[in-house]
Amino acid sequence: MLRAEDITITFGGLMALNHVSLEIYPGEIMAIIGPNGAGKTTMLNIINGFYKPDAGRIIFEGKEWPKKMKPNRIAAQGIARTFQNLALFKGMSTLGNIMVGRTQKMHANLFSQGFYWGLSEKEEIEHRKAVEWIIDFLQIENIRKTPASMLPYGLQKRVELARALAAEPKLLLLDEPMAGMNLEEKEDIARFVLDANEELGYTIALIEHDMGVVMDICDRVVVLDFGNKIAEGTPDEIKSDPKVIKAYLGTTGG
Amino acid sequence: MFYRECGNYKDTYASDMAVFPIPLDRYGFIVMLILAFIVIPWTASEYWLSNIMIPFYCFGLSAIGLNILAGYAGQISIGHAAFMAVGAYTALILYGRFGIPLLLSILGGGIVSGAVGAFFGLPSLKIKGFYLAIATLASQFIIQWVIVHWQWVSGGAFGTVETPDMQIFGWELNTPVEKYYLALCWLIVLTVVAKNLVRGQLGRNWQAIRDMDYAAEIIGVNLYRDKLIAFSVATFYAGIAGALITFCYYGAANIEEFHVMVSFALLGMIIIGGLGTILGSFLGAGFFVLLPLFINRFMGIFMEVVPSEIRSNIESIIFGGLIVFFLIVEPYGMARLWQTIKDKMRLWPFPY
Amino acid sequence: MTFFFEVTINGLLVGIMYSLVALGFALIYKASNVFNMAQGAMSLFAGLALVGFLYQYMHLPLWLALLCTVGVMTIWAYVIVYGILRPLVARPPAMMFMATFGIMYILEGVGQSIYGTQAKGLNLGIPEKSFEVGGILLNTFDLIFAGVAALFVAALVWFFQKTRNGRALRAVSDDHEAALSVGIPLLKAWSMTWVIAGIVATVAGVAWGTRLGVQFSLGYIAFKALPVLIIGGIDSIPGAIIGGLIVGAGENLGEVFLGPYVGGGIQTFFPYLLALLVLYFKPYGLFGKEIIERV
Repeated sequence: MLRAEDITITFGGLMALNHVSLEIYPGEIMAIIGPNGAGKTTMLNIINGFYKPDAGRIIFEGKEWPKKMKPNRIAAQGIARTFQNLALFKGMSTLGNIMVGRTQKMHANLFSQGFYWGLSEKEEIEHRKAVEWIIDFLQIENIRKTPASMLPYGLQKRVELARALAAEPKLLLLDEPMAGMNLEEKEDIARFVLDANEELGYTIALIEHDMGVVMDICDRVVVLDFGNKIAEGTPDEIKSDPKVIKAYLGTTGG
Repeated sequence: MFYRECGNYKDTYASDMAVFPIPLDRYGFIVMLILAFIVIPWTASEYWLSNIMIPFYCFGLSAIGLNILAGYAGQISIGHAAFMAVGAYTALILYGRFGIPLLLSILGGGIVSGAVGAFFGLPSLKIKGFYLAIATLASQFIIQWVIVHWQWVSGGAFGTVETPDMQIFGWELNTPVEKYYLALCWLIVLTVVAKNLVRGQLGRNWQAIRDMDYAAEIIGVNLYRDKLIAFSVATFYAGIAGALITFCYYGAANIEEFHVMVSFALLGMIIIGGLGTILGSFLGAGFFVLLPLFINRFMGIFMEVVPSEIRSNIESIIFGGLIVFFLIVEPYGMARLWQTIKDKMRLWPFPY
Repeated sequence: MTFFFEVTINGLLVGIMYSLVALGFALIYKASNVFNMAQGAMSLFAGLALVGFLYQYMHLPLWLALLCTVGVMTIWAYVIVYGILRPLVARPPAMMFMATFGIMYILEGVGQSIYGTQAKGLNLGIPEKSFEVGGILLNTFDLIFAGVAALFVAALVWFFQKTRNGRALRAVSDDHEAALSVGIPLLKAWSMTWVIAGIVATVAGVAWGTRLGVQFSLGYIAFKALPVLIIGGIDSIPGAIIGGLIVGAGENLGEVFLGPYVGGGIQTFFPYLLALLVLYFKPYGLFGKEIIERV
């Protein structure tokens, strides 16, 4: 579905990604793993259009993206994202945050919105329904009116996931969706990710550090280290790959 | 006990999203409308109508515009008064020189101001924060210079153009009451529109841009388009406000009335009143308009006649002091204070 | 051709004085990531205080009056830092920016309450002779002030680059909370910055006050300095210098050569036009630090 070919990007003197190619197949859950600083988030940022690579190209569903494609046009193609350090809109409630996720699907123009007639009214209610479905799906009904800044960390992560789901994307990019959570919370999120993949049919690429999660829910794994791709394959293959073990000294598997 | 949500069930999304979900709020709003439309025009003195209410409405409208730009969309702008001037002069030229009907002229003032605003909003596509604030200051000075020096607009070195007598559909507007109603009607309509905008997808996109603009863009918000729309809408409101205050209060378009200190005052208004709220724009504007009066009354206790110098100095100190006070104590301004009071009322007489 | 040089050089001289004002802004921004809208009001207050010490309320000798003025500005620095900035440390920087608006109003109100609103002349006994050098008309007044400003600029550059305190200040500006939690005496650092900024404001107030008289419009000098900062980059001291020179020269050249075509009075906005132009090509100014956002 998405193929990143030969992506290279340098920041100052640091080569964050060095001719990295990876491919995400439709319907799969793929993990990108690697030690900190390997370039995983950078890769996602490039896919989202936030950074422009120095070299390389992205091909999505058979069509190559122009170099200067803006992030919101990329979102329109059907790519959604959650962020490593949380990027919730603190000034809005949960509901507001998730509704922003629907922004690509709302087309009422300025006048329609200003007078709240016609298309605008219809759209607000219609998309509210869709958002409520997601709230139901992720079981966050009781916090829907709470300002995002007042939510505990785990719930904030969940709201961010909801916001990404709201876009009904073809490809969902999750950056460490389980960072900083305890076992129970991780299981919850893992369940949601699986549901999103199986029930809703989204293709998912996620960055994760917890090998247990990766082994359990992912179909394929790509391993990055210091900007290079060092391995690729199923979780079992990766587990026993000597290069991976070397890069990841001391990580538990399973 | 009075102000509560118990027993107030919402069974459709539409009613849940209503502007005034709590009945008492709804009644309160109706009461305010009655006050504005009926009680005040009949009971207030001409002085109050002309010198307090009309400027209050006009600055309130302008403050709504600035609040949309700075409070909701997060683009700090310190050149807002210049756009009021654009609206004022445009409306005057349309009405006085081309004889276009009054209402359309005022609307035209807003539209031209909106277009100019979009132009000066272009820097926001590349820069943010303080750099953007300074760029907006540039618009203030540039517009000021253009108006004064462009003879066709200002008809003279002093940049003053008098308003001709006003009439709508043949009905002459020359009493303060009639001008009051004119301002009030524009205010109500535009406030409703503003409220709809900020509660809709555009308002949410704006807040997203304010809170985390890169994330907003990655999620799909069109930054360029929405930022420019914010500038246009904000300056549209400023333009209408400028036209109204010129026609209904100043009586003449004078560039001096829209200089940079007014821009600062508008910013102060929305800080004190409450950033990112419609109510706050009014609270701030009301405060600004009433402050000189309070000081006069207060100082009147100590001295017979309060020299305007002393009064304006005290105004400065209090205004500045309150800006600082609100930023420290309640950064969301009076509107948040009001919200907190209402929240406490919802649970009254229970403390929590 | 000499006329062109004359206009340019005189513009440059004025430009250095703009740099001086801009430096006050750049300093505070470097140390606390806050853009101080009150810098102009600080200059005004300093000018008013100096006049107060010299003529209005007392008749102190110049050196003592200057010292007292600096003392007054130091008191303000501490009041501002501990009274207003400290409570806002943990908030977004935009709030401190808005607080400086409040400070501006307060300074103006208090200044004018104490010292009155009439324009005052400030005469420090600086010679004002015009003379020619190579066919170019120069003024001793301008030269002296340009020299003083240049000295100040050099001193500040040295301070920030070479001294330990200066470097520490640069370090704290990025993340207030982190600096505090590590134990850096943030508030002391800020106080020092604001005191220095106050001194810069004093010098600027004296320089411009002598030129224009000490009055309310002195506060507007700040508005001239803002384009300087944009062009040079808000947090760059060399930028403030270069920006000032560009604005000074550009403004003068613009007024003399373009002004007659468009009705004059270009100085008010020409620097801003220049600033917008620079921003188009370099969004952070010529020397400004580019802010890279981490997603």
